[in-house]
Amino acid sequence: MPEDKDIIIEYLKSKESTKSKHYFKDFTDLFPDKGPREVKKLLTQLVQEEILEFWSSGSTTMYGLKGSGKQAGAEGES
Amino acid sequence: MAKHKTPLLDQLESGPWPSFVSDIKQEADNRAKNPKGLTHQVPVDCPEDLLGVLELSYTEKETHWKHGGIVGVFGYGGGVIGRYCDQPEKFPGVAHFHTMRVAQPSGKYYNTKFLRDLCDIWDLRGSGLTNMHGSTGDIVLLGTQTPQLEEIFFELTHNMNVDLGGSGSNLRTPAACLGMSRCEYACYNTQDMCYQLTMDFQDELHRPAFPYKFKFKFDGCPNGCVCAMARSDFAVVGTWKDDIKIDQEKVKAYAGGAIKPNAGAHSGRDWGKFDLQAEVVDRCPSHCMKWDGSKLSIKTADCVRCMHCINTMPQALRIGDERGASILVGAKAPVVDGAQMGSLLVPFVRCEHPYDEVKDVIDNIWNWWMAEGKNRERVGETMKRLSFQKLLEVTNTPPSPCHIKEPRSNPYIFFKQEEVPGGWSRDLAAYRSRHQR
Ligand code: HEM
Ligand code: HEM
Ligand code: SF4
Ligand code: SF4
Repeated sequence: MPEDKDIIIEYLKSKESTKSKHYFKDFTDLFPDKGPREVKKLLTQLVQEEILEFWSSGSTTMYGLKGSGKQAGAEGES
Repeated sequence: MAKHKTPLLDQLESGPWPSFVSDIKQEADNRAKNPKGLTHQVPVDCPEDLLGVLELSYTEKETHWKHGGIVGVFGYGGGVIGRYCDQPEKFPGVAHFHTMRVAQPSGKYYNTKFLRDLCDIWDLRGSGLTNMHGSTGDIVLLGTQTPQLEEIFFELTHNMNVDLGGSGSNLRTPAACLGMSRCEYACYNTQDMCYQLTMDFQDELHRPAFPYKFKFKFDGCPNGCVCAMARSDFAVVGTWKDDIKIDQEKVKAYAGGAIKPNAGAHSGRDWGKFDLQAEVVDRCPSHCMKWDGSKLSIKTADCVRCMHCINTMPQALRIGDERGASILVGAKAPVVDGAQMGSLLVPFVRCEHPYDEVKDVIDNIWNWWMAEGKNRERVGETMKRLSFQKLLEVTNTPPSPCHIKEPRSNPYIFFKQEEVPGGWSRDLAAYRSRHQR
């Protein structure tokens, strides 16, 4: 399934200049023929491979490319 | 000497109640004295700065916490919540002050070793401030920094055999009443179901992919000690099908005053002689009880399992033997259109290990909600938006009178064309032969 993961990465890169965090649903929309659980598996693999990372407000979670958006360092944290 | 002047917070300590302000001051003191000689891994004075930033918020009526961030342990999307202060120069001790959520043991049984070990970790690697327990029921550890997260996670999982809990758009830390371990009212083993489902749904707990949060709670009976019906998206509440078991001799003993009602809970004040008719029979919400002075009877078909009679006379009345649970779906706090209690979905489900019947309902709900739910929409809101009938359909639950909230304002469950013999088409000529114009 390498091409499926590439679809996700390409999508995130294309949006990177305007948006660094994405809802889970943004990814299910990329794969109209796949159920949410299949899409979740892809995202989980990408997190394991350290390509994606989670962002959490505490109540809501989003996904983004690792290193994209505001990182702990930018908050003055080492 | 306090680092910041906090007159508004100090005022909160003046009442007769325990005060979180006093607690934070106590911990500030303790960290300053450092009796154990710890090399604190986060700023020693973070409790002082926490009081300082809170006082500022009280003065300005504005929060100084930013919302969230990229913090967590590797592979987990929940359990750690990034908290950054927007006045880091004034309050450097809480500039980064992340929260960790830890799964509480089922039924909240602790031994002192566990609590000490937990506090040892948190004194060294966190602020020393905890919240036992958060609103969801989990252990909340307040205030640490990113470099500590993996260390804490390792120690919790390897030395204490406990996992992080839920946060964000995932399954939140499940919670159960203490159930069969102590309580004769338990209609199923709440602790076991809570533990089993926590283990079975690890992926949902740690890797968020829901539209929003989702909570399970398990009450052993309708007394609802974890308040599942109000506090969880998916509430499992113990119930029974057959008759309440009545010991008529004990009923008479209650009526005659030989046994104290409510297991003696109303002692300390004279409430007068126990009046079985007024205090039990007349208080039955469905008026299904009768007391003729020597015999108590209950019309089971009308009993709504409210627990009132059993709570009042626990030695005389006992839950039935055909036990299981009801499942209620959709409770939530008011973000979108108001607070909501759970709606009854499955009137009766058997609760036998490994709880496949319950898990099937959960899987069906998740498949539907993950596909149809909007971002940040609780399942109770999806249910309202797409109709309760749709929820019945996706969970393969046959509609029944149990699903009707009250006469005349019910969820109007309609027949579908394929359920009606002949569908919607009809023979007009034949109809007219029976009905004149
Ligand atoms: C002895 C004869 C009847 C009695 C005792 C009777 C009684 C009732 C009662 C108590 C209700 C209210 C039900 C509720 O809302 O909980 C009702 C509703 C109604 N009745 Fe009758 N009824 C009788 C005959 C009829 C007849 C002959 C018709 C029509 C030709 C009729 C049409 C209706 C309709 C349309 C409703 C409203 C149903 C609804 O929307 O829920 N009834 N009736
Ligand atoms: C201009 C004429 C009419 C108007 C404006 C009208 C309007 C209404 C309205 C607003 C309702 C309430 C719907 C609801 O509860 O949501 C209703 C219910 C009802 N109407 Fe009419 N109506 C009219 C004529 C009639 C006639 C001629 C009949 C019978 C021959 C009739 C039978 C009923 C019945 C049985 C209900 C109850 C339906 C239910 O509760 O499910 N209506 N009508
Ligand atoms: S909810 Fe019911 S079974 Fe559970 S502890 Fe409370 S009274 Fe007992
Ligand atoms: S449990 Fe409640 S509804 Fe049932 S008989 Fe007792 S008081 Fe009545």
